[in-house]
Amino acid sequence: MGPALPLGDAGPYVAAAYLVFLALVLVYVAIMAAKLSRIQREIGELAELVERREAERDRHDLDDVTAPAGSGAPR
Amino acid sequence: MNRHTFSRGLVPLSIASVVLLVGGFAMVFLYAPSDADQGFVQKIFYLHVPLAIVALVGFVAGGVYGIRFLRSGDRLHDLRSYVAIHISLILAVGALVTGSIWAKASWGQWWVWEEPTLVSFLIVFLLYACYQPLRFSIEDPDRQARYAAVFAVVGGAFVPLNFMAVRAAESLIHPRVLSTTGGTMPGSMRITFVVALAGMAVMFVTLCKYELTSKHASFQLRALKRRLAGEDDGWVPVRRSAAPQL
Repeated sequence: MGPALPLGDAGPYVAAAYLVFLALVLVYVAIMAAKLSRIQREIGELAELVERREAERDRHDLDDVTAPAGSGAPR
Repeated sequence: MNRHTFSRGLVPLSIASVVLLVGGFAMVFLYAPSDADQGFVQKIFYLHVPLAIVALVGFVAGGVYGIRFLRSGDRLHDLRSYVAIHISLILAVGALVTGSIWAKASWGQWWVWEEPTLVSFLIVFLLYACYQPLRFSIEDPDRQARYAAVFAVVGGAFVPLNFMAVRAAESLIHPRVLSTTGGTMPGSMRITFVVALAGMAVMFVTLCKYELTSKHASFQLRALKRRLAGEDDGWVPVRRSAAPQL
């Protein structure tokens, strides 16, 4: 092992090491943010689908109510 | 499964990680003295060693959850094992890169192949780098979970054995700071190191919880899609994944 590096020479190495750690954490946070936005988008799609189905069901119910009584129903 | 809340305690854990890590790193530069032998570059020690220790403990934790999965068949243990290994791999990348920077500053070389500590850590890292491809190569979720658990158990047992073998070997240049006799660190350095290590450990637990919460949300979403797909055939495509299927 050689002699200790002076502060001016050692500084960039120490900064680089801590920046690597910071970069790792930030990349992880960015990946988690991407996952979160995907989950949010999929939840939005699901909510839209459920709303569409509920609207269809309401329309069917309305059709049943407005249909003439006894029309086509077996006696 | 649906009633399980992985997010419990996530906020206090996140705060604790930030406080401990920021406090620890502040102590590194403001409180701990510079090393008489290595000078300022020794400050990398407070980052590199906690990263390596927590990564290795995480690999062992993955093995412990692997055993629990094999004993109980509970898929949550498989998920915990997967997440522990996943986060440990990220920390191991950090340990390798910071170690390499430290080596360049101290020894004048980015890597020393004759040094057992470095090479053994690289072997452990490469071993666990195979974990995700192994999972991805197995399509059947039951077999995937079983084989991955066996891998995690064998790997988890290998880590302490490897550690002991390296300690028993005569090191060429890599320092032995932590020992059963108390090491050679003065009190201020030791306290700083303990705080940095605690910060890294708490951050590991926090990231594991984040990952578990995210995976759990994805599973719940997929289950909901599947339920809706029952009314609307072919809506959800089946996707192959290395991640456990609950």
